Amino acid sequence: MTVQQVLFLLFGAIAVGAAVGMVTARKVFHAALWMLLAFFGVAGLYVLLEAPFFAAAQLFVYMGAIGVLIIYAIMLTRGMMRQRLPRVNDQWWFAGLLAAVFLGVLAWLVWQHPWATTAAAVPGDSLNRLGLTLVDPEGFALPFEVASVLLVMALIGAVTIVRER
Amino acid sequence: MEPLSRFLAFLADAIVNIGEWIRGLLLGTGLAEPWVSLIMKAIGAVVVAFFPLMVVIFLIWAYRKVAARMQGRLGPNSSGTWAGPYGILHTFADAIKMLTKEDIRPQGIDLIPYNLAPILVVFAAIATWAVMPFGPKLIGTDLNIGIFYILAFSSAALVVFLMAGWSSNNKYATVGAFRAVAQLIGYEIPQLLAVLTVVMVTGSLRMQEIVDRQHIPLLFQLPVTAFIFFLASMAEVNARPFELLEAESELVCGYFIEYSGMKFGMFYLGEFMNSTAVAALFATLFLGGWRGPWVDQAPILGTVWFLLKMALMLLVWMTIQLTLPRLRIDQMLAFNWKFLVPLALANLCVIALVNKGIVEWFPGGVSAWTRAGILLMANVGIFLVTWGILTALERRERRHREAWQAAQVGEVEVSV
Amino acid sequence: MLEQFIFVGVLLVVALFFPVVLIGLAWLLRPKRPNPRKSEIYECGLQPHGENWVQFKAQYYIFALVFLVFDVEAVFLFPWALVYNWLPLYAVLEGVLFIALLAAALVYAWQKGALEWM
Repeated sequence: MTVQQVLFLLFGAIAVGAAVGMVTARKVFHAALWMLLAFFGVAGLYVLLEAPFFAAAQLFVYMGAIGVLIIYAIMLTRGMMRQRLPRVNDQWWFAGLLAAVFLGVLAWLVWQHPWATTAAAVPGDSLNRLGLTLVDPEGFALPFEVASVLLVMALIGAVTIVRER
Repeated sequence: MEPLSRFLAFLADAIVNIGEWIRGLLLGTGLAEPWVSLIMKAIGAVVVAFFPLMVVIFLIWAYRKVAARMQGRLGPNSSGTWAGPYGILHTFADAIKMLTKEDIRPQGIDLIPYNLAPILVVFAAIATWAVMPFGPKLIGTDLNIGIFYILAFSSAALVVFLMAGWSSNNKYATVGAFRAVAQLIGYEIPQLLAVLTVVMVTGSLRMQEIVDRQHIPLLFQLPVTAFIFFLASMAEVNARPFELLEAESELVCGYFIEYSGMKFGMFYLGEFMNSTAVAALFATLFLGGWRGPWVDQAPILGTVWFLLKMALMLLVWMTIQLTLPRLRIDQMLAFNWKFLVPLALANLCVIALVNKGIVEWFPGGVSAWTRAGILLMANVGIFLVTWGILTALERRERRHREAWQAAQVGEVEVSV
Repeated sequence: MLEQFIFVGVLLVVALFFPVVLIGLAWLLRPKRPNPRKSEIYECGLQPHGENWVQFKAQYYIFALVFLVFDVEAVFLFPWALVYNWLPLYAVLEGVLFIALLAAALVYAWQKGALEWM
């Protein structure tokens, strides 16, 4: 059991445990907080994958912006913050069965697929290479600009929707 | 003379040498290498975690003294009871007070977010110190995403205010928390755009490399960027004039109304730690960090220069905080979204184009001084254009107002 | 690269313990005399009036959305700014175009009054 495996299990447990907590929380606000813990676990997994920029981006965008946005969306719904929701509904046994089958199929698929692993180390300047590919015309320059257009569309859509209130 | 010169050589790089000595001791006790490394890192982590605490203990006293001088009131050593020479023990009196106050638990609070929020505030404040460069080889860890790590943690800490505000079961706390988050998310954009400009000019996210590349401090190359970063950081740490989150006269302490005793102390500590971190960050990004004369011969002087620059920024912070009144929330948000963000975006574009223009027009490369001069002119140009736009807007508004007033007077005269 | 993060991990653990120890110390040292009058919610000395719910203005939500858009923009711009010194002119113009599109979106939001406070 190398240190990396222990850390992987730890962060995986945090992420999965927080997800379970999120689904079974009685109050919606608690569910949102569990979700933020799940984001933190995923950021830890990114660090283990030697992608520290994405770990920081996960904290930055997900925990910072999207977490706040979701809590605001919860608060916009009148009365939602005060209810204690029941943990399960009537068909919980069927949903549990379906989820278990799904989990089994996925686990079997992941187990027996021959994943291509490489022993090569992650290059130290991976972030620089990402930057260079991002603006390279034969690289991802067009998706880069299209992403900007997508963000503009999101902003315009948001302004339009909220203004009609 | 021989022991003296050896002693001086030891002192010249004192902290690193002490670290090596401890490592030698640990290796001597026969522990394996990875464990020694881990113990060294743990010792380093404790030192790095305690450094902001030490600074804050000194800072609270210094703040009271400077406030007394600037605002013409009694300071910590004139308050009646003796608190050490010059009132130095004042901070300890504050800490003891907070430790021994009763923790009043209001009814109807949500226990887990209520208790977790003060812990997470200090947690996030300490976590940002992992990448501060204290000296040429003194840094917690020189992450290759250095400055982005700091931005990520200060962004992730936003949700803690919502936790504190909502779990307090108090209308004032909830409104305070909403306004706090609105202010903090607003001012994060110009802050990260200014940092983006610095990253662009220095070409690296690593803190040590940003300091290394500043042969001329970036304050003189990019003054507008420094100004934007400074204002945005003031707002991020709730310093006046952006202090409306703690406005005693309006919101009665906003999101931490229902906290008492040490939990309130945690928020207080977190705010001062954040201010120190921001001062250190400004010193690193724009004033050249640990650079200064004679650092090559005696690296310990690098730490001294860093602390001096940080102290200078803290002094500027205190001066502004003690002399300006607070803004209203709509003024503050308008200032951010209608002035700072467009300015930061324009600044980024102009610097990008000018810097590339330098490379294109002088294919042979330019000296650092010429480049600094051209960037400075570009910044002065941005400043003049902004000034011109603002003056034109103000003139137009004044003409509108005078026309409206003239119309009012005209109406009154006609009716009489 | 991972060794760098070990220090961060250790620091985070220390940073988590530090406030817990302080609050624990306070819990040991302070008096505990709960009293129903003390536990009332603070509302400037009056009795708390009405249920604890404030009208959540949609304005906060718009600010959060605009912030999210600019946040994601920044995540895209960081790699671009990092390799800026090695980029040819057209790549720099690509980045400036990216920023200009978002600046246009900000101006749109401004003109539509989405950035007003009330």
